[in-house]
Amino acid sequence: MWLPPIPEPARNPALRRPGHMDVLLPRRAYAASALNWRETLLNPVSMTLLFAGLTASLIGAAWAQDAASAQPSVFSVLLKWTPLLGEGFAYNVLISLLSMLIGTVLGVMLGILQVSPLMPVRKFAWLVTQFFRNSPWLVLLFYSILLIPFQVTAFGITVPFPGWLKAVIGLSLPVMAYMSEYVRGAILSVPTGQWESAESLGFTRGQTMRMVILPQTVKRILPNWMNLYAVLTMATPLVSIIGVDDIMGYTRSALSAEGRPDILIPMYLYVLSWFFAYCYPISLVTSWLERRYSVKL
Amino acid sequence: METVETFFQWLRQSHGINLTIGYDAWDRAQFLSGLWMTVKLSVLSILFSLLVGVVGAWAQGAQSRLLRLPVGLFVTFFRNTPPLVQLYFFFFALGSILRVQNDAGMSVPMISAFSWAVISLTLFAGALNTEIFRSGIDAVPKSTLEAAEALGFTRLQTYIYVVLPLALRISLPSLGTNLVNLVKTTTLAYAIAVPELLYSAAQIWSEQLNVREMMTILLLSYILLVAVLVWIMGRWERSLRIPGYGV
Repeated sequence: MWLPPIPEPARNPALRRPGHMDVLLPRRAYAASALNWRETLLNPVSMTLLFAGLTASLIGAAWAQDAASAQPSVFSVLLKWTPLLGEGFAYNVLISLLSMLIGTVLGVMLGILQVSPLMPVRKFAWLVTQFFRNSPWLVLLFYSILLIPFQVTAFGITVPFPGWLKAVIGLSLPVMAYMSEYVRGAILSVPTGQWESAESLGFTRGQTMRMVILPQTVKRILPNWMNLYAVLTMATPLVSIIGVDDIMGYTRSALSAEGRPDILIPMYLYVLSWFFAYCYPISLVTSWLERRYSVKL
Repeated sequence: METVETFFQWLRQSHGINLTIGYDAWDRAQFLSGLWMTVKLSVLSILFSLLVGVVGAWAQGAQSRLLRLPVGLFVTFFRNTPPLVQLYFFFFALGSILRVQNDAGMSVPMISAFSWAVISLTLFAGALNTEIFRSGIDAVPKSTLEAAEALGFTRLQTYIYVVLPLALRISLPSLGTNLVNLVKTTTLAYAIAVPELLYSAAQIWSEQLNVREMMTILLLSYILLVAVLVWIMGRWERSLRIPGYGV
């Protein structure tokens, strides 16, 4: 029996004709055109916001010069402190990267334990996950800062635990818990047929997990994982509360060194725009990935 | 009460577990007032943020670009900046210019730290709620809207009787997650010295030097608060469930 060749996806209704069935076409054909990079990054919203801090600083500068022309302008004050703030922000990024690394590794392991065939293991992993997922980040930070000793001596070797390392550990705990939930959800979303066919091919459970199931979960976890990273980065200023150096702590030192109330608003807006400039591109890529991997029904 | 206090005294003497809130009336009062403050902070922020979410979602679906753009800016900005820096911005930066003279002629802040915490948390969670409600409204199937139109509903009637009830049910799970996050985020108020749960617990453990015990109590209290919220959300979700309409 002869069938007419299936045309390109018929977005144009004029192309629709009997014998053409959208469902039979590869799904990628729809998803691939989801993002136009130029449009997404250069849209008015992102541009406006990226420069919002700058504009506000300039307006503040003009206002400040009106108020006291003898003092240096707000703009030059911000410029003066930029290297220090940049150093502080580098600490934030470093803390977020380390916490993400530790949290991801632990979270994947915990997530796998959450689908273990052994009931006690499963329940224990569930309990740990829920505990760390539902406690406030700041309380967990306090927990690790105050309860981890400042150094550990084992076999005559003394390993110091500086504050920033404790902060990294404290921030990686909630990351671990969130990651564990994502991994569990993603593993459960892999069709059972995959498990059964791997078993019939003679794979052990560990091999099935490593070679068949986990690679398939990556796609599903990736957007969540990136979103989690953005959330973690936005949680890093918390470390300033417990006395670890970061952009927030440096900002407050700079503000008290200047001692000028008129730079408060520009300075805080400036810090906000540092974070915005770092986190907004991440959230753009995340939503692009989400759209790309989502199955359109 | 006597027996309870005796029990905590015994716990301290024979096991070294020093739970001062069990036998010391002052510490207990401080702890309970902190708990009450956290509850107040959470409830107020939840209610206001729901309001912000509903209004924001409505404005984002509006025809006029003039209405959509500011809401889009607001959501994007608050979603992509740290809540702690937002709080500092409100409290230290905006709070520094919003001052009034009191009767004695002294300059006092117009808005208290507690109010700034509520405002800041409301805007942060409200931005996320706006997105959640918006995606709930977008997820209502088009065929349902067409069916409503075929039945002779006007646009407003379709919105009130068809779209909103379905959108609410679709957005409930993510709304629950966000509200749980909001309760956890109330700890940020510690940074501007609002005497909430974390703040009062920190005061107790720095006076009594019982960090370990108070920390555990603190974590358990937050988990309890979150559990109550999750339970309420679960009940709400179940009571709203439409038989045969799986979301």
